Amino acid sequence: MIASPVTPEEPGSKAELDGFRLGPCIHSGAMGRIFRVTGPDRGFAMIMKVPRVGPGEDSEGLISFETEAMILPALSGPHVPRFVAGGNLAKAPYLVVEWIEGESLEHVLKGGPLSTDEIAPIGAAIADALHSLHLQDTIHLDLKPENMILRNDGEVVLIDFGLAYHAHFPDLLAEEQRFASGSAPYVSPEQVLGTRSDPRSDIFALGVVLYELATGALPFGSPETIAGLRDRLWRDPVPPSVRAPEIPSWLQEIILRCLEPDAEDRYQSAAHVAFDLRNPDQVALTARSSKVSQAGVIEQARRWWRARSNHPGPSRPPKSQVGATPIIMVAVDTTNPEDERQPVLQRTTAQTLARSSEFRLICVSVIARASAAEHASDGESASGTYLEHLVRLRHWVEPLRLPARRLSLHVIEAANPENALLEFARRNHVDLIVLGAPHPAQLGLAWWRSVASRVTANAHCSVYVVRVPAD
Amino acid sequence: MSPACRPRAHSALSNENGSPARRGAKSRFRTDAWSPVGDTVECPSTSCGNWQRQLIIALLSDIHGNLEALNACLKDAGECGATRYAFLGDFVGYGADPQKVVDIIARHAAEGAVIVKGNHDEAVEKTPLYMNESVRAVIGWTREILTRDAKAFLASLPLCVRDGEMCFVHASAAAPERWDYIDSPAAAQRSIDAAQAAYTFSGHVHDQELYFQSGRGKTSLFRPARGTPVPVGRHRRWLALVGSVGQPRDNNPAAAYAQFDAEHEKIVFRRVPYDHLAAARKIRDAGLPASIAYRVEKGI
Repeated sequence: MIASPVTPEEPGSKAELDGFRLGPCIHSGAMGRIFRVTGPDRGFAMIMKVPRVGPGEDSEGLISFETEAMILPALSGPHVPRFVAGGNLAKAPYLVVEWIEGESLEHVLKGGPLSTDEIAPIGAAIADALHSLHLQDTIHLDLKPENMILRNDGEVVLIDFGLAYHAHFPDLLAEEQRFASGSAPYVSPEQVLGTRSDPRSDIFALGVVLYELATGALPFGSPETIAGLRDRLWRDPVPPSVRAPEIPSWLQEIILRCLEPDAEDRYQSAAHVAFDLRNPDQVALTARSSKVSQAGVIEQARRWWRARSNHPGPSRPPKSQVGATPIIMVAVDTTNPEDERQPVLQRTTAQTLARSSEFRLICVSVIARASAAEHASDGESASGTYLEHLVRLRHWVEPLRLPARRLSLHVIEAANPENALLEFARRNHVDLIVLGAPHPAQLGLAWWRSVASRVTANAHCSVYVVRVPAD
Repeated sequence: MSPACRPRAHSALSNENGSPARRGAKSRFRTDAWSPVGDTVECPSTSCGNWQRQLIIALLSDIHGNLEALNACLKDAGECGATRYAFLGDFVGYGADPQKVVDIIARHAAEGAVIVKGNHDEAVEKTPLYMNESVRAVIGWTREILTRDAKAFLASLPLCVRDGEMCFVHASAAAPERWDYIDSPAAAQRSIDAAQAAYTFSGHVHDQELYFQSGRGKTSLFRPARGTPVPVGRHRRWLALVGSVGQPRDNNPAAAYAQFDAEHEKIVFRRVPYDHLAAARKIRDAGLPASIAYRVEKGI
């Protein structure tokens, strides 16, 4: 018999547990209660989660608590609350975690739909948090505005891992069909069918949240029956721009791509969503972007029929799913387009891309801000310089024959090329940087002073340094 | 032999004298030497009388006469701080060093390790009908190689050892003498039910797998990631298949075993690379079937 460490009669009393002094109860729900706690100083505020246990209580609440107690200590990074302590589940189940200062997205939504300018950075921050989680082999599976805290610095922290899945741990909720389904408005079609191991379920939920942020409405409502939940397996939502005409086509494209019923048709990685939200001009528009109505009767019937025969296959663990969808950045020197290093860089890029089918290639050219200013006495010729380099970049990548949705071109003006490359790579979750070694003409230059060496030394990811073979 | 693991009227769970329920064991290796040592914490629950907390138990199974693999695993376990050892059967068969392997196991037995018998160990006493020709050939050869003491040692082993919340058995605790494979959640459930313990540790199936009972008591399979500790709270029931030291079959020749951290209630499944080509060469040199050497080489 498991006993609750805190009896319901004394919430907010001066009770103390394993050195934590209980403060006021800030939440009391079906699953349990949450108290503010003080204790051994960690340098941040803390809360204690206590599940409801005892006769008559729902065992699912306890399993959910157990799931969170198992997964949270294994997570790290700025997008999850820090784990402090956990009580033995058989004796005194409790969980002490960091209290996240910030505003919950649910609260943000109370003010009605947001403008596109507000949605893009928030959406990208949520996608950043998801990507970080997926890289840790974890799927949240219960994403909804109340589980997303917007920090003052613009980062998003995900909370409540009671329904989460971690590829390294047994899935205690695997058999809890009803429970595995998450929150009705946000749950993905494959979760409705009982799959709990697909990271792309979180991408679907992100799509619902983006839809809600943009329109103030839920794309699939809040169904209360299984049949109602199953509708999303085939029914397409009202296009966001029908509800809010000011929504640009690129945002509609992103939202509807996240909401595809078949996980294969969605973004395959949250990093790609973040990238598109940060680079609207690089979003490859499809028919989704210009939809002005839901599918007609015949199309609905076709989708229904397709959903009937579509059973989610075994999915890859989150980390390998992300690993199979790399973002690769190649730094191209467009100021020296005839350089003998260019074909070698092209060949290496092509060989790298051949290893995966779900990549995104980002071609970046950094041009010196100073030189752009020299050449351009007025704004017009400055943009002319910019365009010239963009054209050269497009020309460089042309032989690779990549579809638009796999490709993204960027000319960055910066005084310090290595810092520009490193910052761009970090911000966009780049998995691999490909760039050229110093030109033979620069051999007199110390290697450590080259862009290649500094990028290699300071990059957050792997770096290929391409060299022209010596004769 | 009757199934040793079925709960008796007063099941070994209460285990008043600290000695696990077992039959047929000779005094040479005393599993009752498996007694509380050091800082022992009594569990408040009545169901785990001699539960010991400060323990890392190395769980090794299906060594199959592979001395190189066994030594590599024991070295790894020692470096990881293992304080206790449990050997889950099949010490002979396939490999070229049955005598040396049995000597090591017997030494550990004298020091209080848990030892249970496997079907290959039993086959040394009486050749069973179900084994194929190449295995029979190895068993026949093993019988000639082993000393009388070693054979007596193998014959004396119990089929199942229970210690508080832990149950050790080569195959299924439901009927250890039938050597049923734990190859489905249903088979795991039968073994867990018979063991009546929070933890059942087994071999026989050469894979590393962890069965667990979910909230509703249904048994599910989890395939653990190598080297990542998995929390296994004792409020649930778990059945761990620890893998094979001497003959892994998952296309990875590295030796497999597991460690159970009783204090922190965690289990970790490990793989240890060793000189498997040398072990395979010895099998060939001993004149044993080449197919067996090939399996050790490839991990199949």
